Amino acid sequence: MEGEAPRVIPGADGSNLVPSVVALDPMPTDGGRPTVTVGNSARKALIETPERVIYSVKRLMGRGLDEVKNELKLFPFRLADDVEAGEVPRVQLGELRFTPPEISAYILRQLKRNAERYFGAPVKQAVVTVPAYFNDAQRQATKDAGRMAGLEVLRLVNEPTAAALAYGLDRAKEGTIAVYDLGGGTFDISILKLRDGIFEVQSTNGDTHLGGDDIDNLLLAIALDEIHAENGVDLRAHPAAVQGLRKAAIDAKLRLSSQQSAQFDIELPNGDRYQREIPRAVFEMLIEPVLDRTAAPCRQALADAGVTPEQIDEVVLVGGSTRIPAVHQLVDELFHLSPRGKRPHTDLNPDEVVALGAAVQADILAGASKTTDEMLLLDVTPLSLGIEALGGVVARIIPRNSTIPASATEHFTTGVDGQTNVAIHVLQGERELAADCRSLARFDLKGIPPMSAGLPRIEVRFLIDADGILQVAAREQRSGKAAEIEVKPTYGLTDQQVENMILKSFDHAEEDFLKRLLVEARNEADGVLAAVERGQKHPAWKQLTGEEQAAIIASRDLLAAVKQLDDFSTIRSATVGLDQATRRFAELMMDDAVTSAIRGKTMDAAGDELGDEVTAPHDLAPAEFK
Amino acid sequence: MKVLESAVPVACWSCSVAHNESTLFCPHCSKIQPPPGGNYFSVFGLTPRLNLDLVELEHEFHRLSRKLHPDRFARAQENEKEWSLADTALLNDAYRTLKDPLRRTEYLLKLHSAEIGEEFAGANGKDRRDPSRVPADLLEEVFELNMQLEEMRMTRGSGQTDPESEANLTQARTRFEGLLDEVDSDLQTQWQTWDDGDAAARKAAERAMVALLDRRRYLSNLLRDVNETLGVK
Repeated sequence: MEGEAPRVIPGADGSNLVPSVVALDPMPTDGGRPTVTVGNSARKALIETPERVIYSVKRLMGRGLDEVKNELKLFPFRLADDVEAGEVPRVQLGELRFTPPEISAYILRQLKRNAERYFGAPVKQAVVTVPAYFNDAQRQATKDAGRMAGLEVLRLVNEPTAAALAYGLDRAKEGTIAVYDLGGGTFDISILKLRDGIFEVQSTNGDTHLGGDDIDNLLLAIALDEIHAENGVDLRAHPAAVQGLRKAAIDAKLRLSSQQSAQFDIELPNGDRYQREIPRAVFEMLIEPVLDRTAAPCRQALADAGVTPEQIDEVVLVGGSTRIPAVHQLVDELFHLSPRGKRPHTDLNPDEVVALGAAVQADILAGASKTTDEMLLLDVTPLSLGIEALGGVVARIIPRNSTIPASATEHFTTGVDGQTNVAIHVLQGERELAADCRSLARFDLKGIPPMSAGLPRIEVRFLIDADGILQVAAREQRSGKAAEIEVKPTYGLTDQQVENMILKSFDHAEEDFLKRLLVEARNEADGVLAAVERGQKHPAWKQLTGEEQAAIIASRDLLAAVKQLDDFSTIRSATVGLDQATRRFAELMMDDAVTSAIRGKTMDAAGDELGDEVTAPHDLAPAEFK
Repeated sequence: MKVLESAVPVACWSCSVAHNESTLFCPHCSKIQPPPGGNYFSVFGLTPRLNLDLVELEHEFHRLSRKLHPDRFARAQENEKEWSLADTALLNDAYRTLKDPLRRTEYLLKLHSAEIGEEFAGANGKDRRDPSRVPADLLEEVFELNMQLEEMRMTRGSGQTDPESEANLTQARTRFEGLLDEVDSDLQTQWQTWDDGDAAARKAAERAMVALLDRRRYLSNLLRDVNETLGVK
């Protein structure tokens, strides 16, 4: 928060978005552990070393082996082959294996570093957003990731709710709104009532594996089949070529949001070209089944909130995939907007609004700001909580869309004389049978004093906290004996495992914060200096005036001089100085090299782009970790 | 579940001044207190009753949320954080129960279950009385409806449509929806009797409401079946 408004902190590359791409760098020759690259700079590894890269890890969080296997049919990642049922699945990247929370932790750590770089101070606490329809296990896995990244997760906030906070911050909004959030991998719909600064979620629904990735996979599958049929080449055997094709599919998808038609033009490994024109009408027909999957959750959310489409005052669109014009049409139909002279609300940047809302929530938690003084978020649990009763049916104890924190108390007893244990199976979901719901945990109430069957009276209190995570406490009422039970998700990591992973992901040099900032500042300085060095051989250098050249040389010499100092902030301001001095130079180089110029990019970024194969920047999975 | 209603004075953990147990905040130093005894009504400062002003209830829910919510205690000490969580859960549970007319009625009956004995075992699904027991006055109509449902399913199963049985079923649905409305209006009459009545009148109203809730449950299950068969969501 800066004053009254939240702001997105850019990374070292100047970009506000850190795409959820994580690449394992090459194995060092000295036998040490390889480092990990995150975000924009990890993207080129998608083509070069696809077997060492993972993206959209959010779709794997808190999920079991079978679920992950299903999901991976569509993605180019491999599971470690020694994973056993009941274990948290691990993804194979090059020589190493990672659990989904570990991969998320690398992304969170990158964001933490970006923030520390910006503030020049350590960042230890965070508000982390999750899809509203995340279940207990997915939420717990996200919290574990935060801990591994060295962050205390103050609160998990549901993404559509965060978006509503950002939406309602600067205006005295009253009324009922719907937030339609279609991102890279997940879909959420939430209905909220805004009144006197209270943001009260009425209902939420969604699908935690539905998003832009599905559209990409669809286009990719069609292209692969066509190439196989027309050119006789099965690209599925060439991971790098598949990634190239995926990139082309994503480019086409993005262009189709603003153009009526887009082209595929790909060189195949055998030298042939695959060329294909996709008119927007065809694209819309292809993706209709994907988009239609958002309709039922919207209708259910309306019904659960007890409102008609006409009672929705505004529909706020969130997530990169809502840039697709067909989404606007669908939302218009679902909420009867045009007949009421309304349009979906698209003023907010769909990639950034969730992060902005998280900052607002952090400000509320800090409790020190006039802006958010009167604001309060009342969120709900997306799924009903139940326990398995006789015959495998589910006894619902906390209904979905209950405001959280929420609790329920149940009583249990024994069925056999002298029985000292009672097993309880906790489930989440809306189906009648336990087998159809998501198993959260099985736990044992232990140490019940031996008594005749039916005599013990064990009171179990289930509490869903403000993060949407279940806590359970049990007490045998006759003996007064209390048993605290931490529910570990059926598909979760133990505390000890999380501890071990924290140790694994941090070498000691990183603990020394100032040292790290210094190293980073020097690396950045080296990068810019090298780019200027290279740039002076570029024809664009001659297009600069003598004055401009002199200014660049003066800034360069200053940076070279201060680089050896032990003060990261002096180095950084000299780096920024050189960056600014070379801004026009970078633009000239860009104009020269690429038709679609990347304006406003820094020298460093321009050098990076030019140093490698020249490509226009493109968004892969938009705003995964928002 | 029997809810204990004790009013033993305890001391505030912070200022040590004694206060009545059923309070969310210390009247003396305003610090948050552990979850008080009492019931969902007393959370809102109400005595048990069935006619509630829902606008006023929501207003009070928002007012208390602002004071109790864990967001307000993110920087407080551990015990206050814990009580904020427990108190807010209690507030939310209470609001969820009281704002819904049926949940509110079931809850009130549960509070007084000791007096009605076996007639009302609780609001939990697993404790409910056999929902398949047909109310006596409806036996004939339900029998006929079930025949119609069976017929409809069979024609549907063989891939055909039968406009006549569909029309019959739609007609029956209107009839049963009317019965449901009658139950709801009867319940409201009993609410009034309970709220205004003396102990004896209340007891009679409780018995009547237990029977009405059973009947309502039966009718809504029946309607759900009819709607499913007709293919209406």
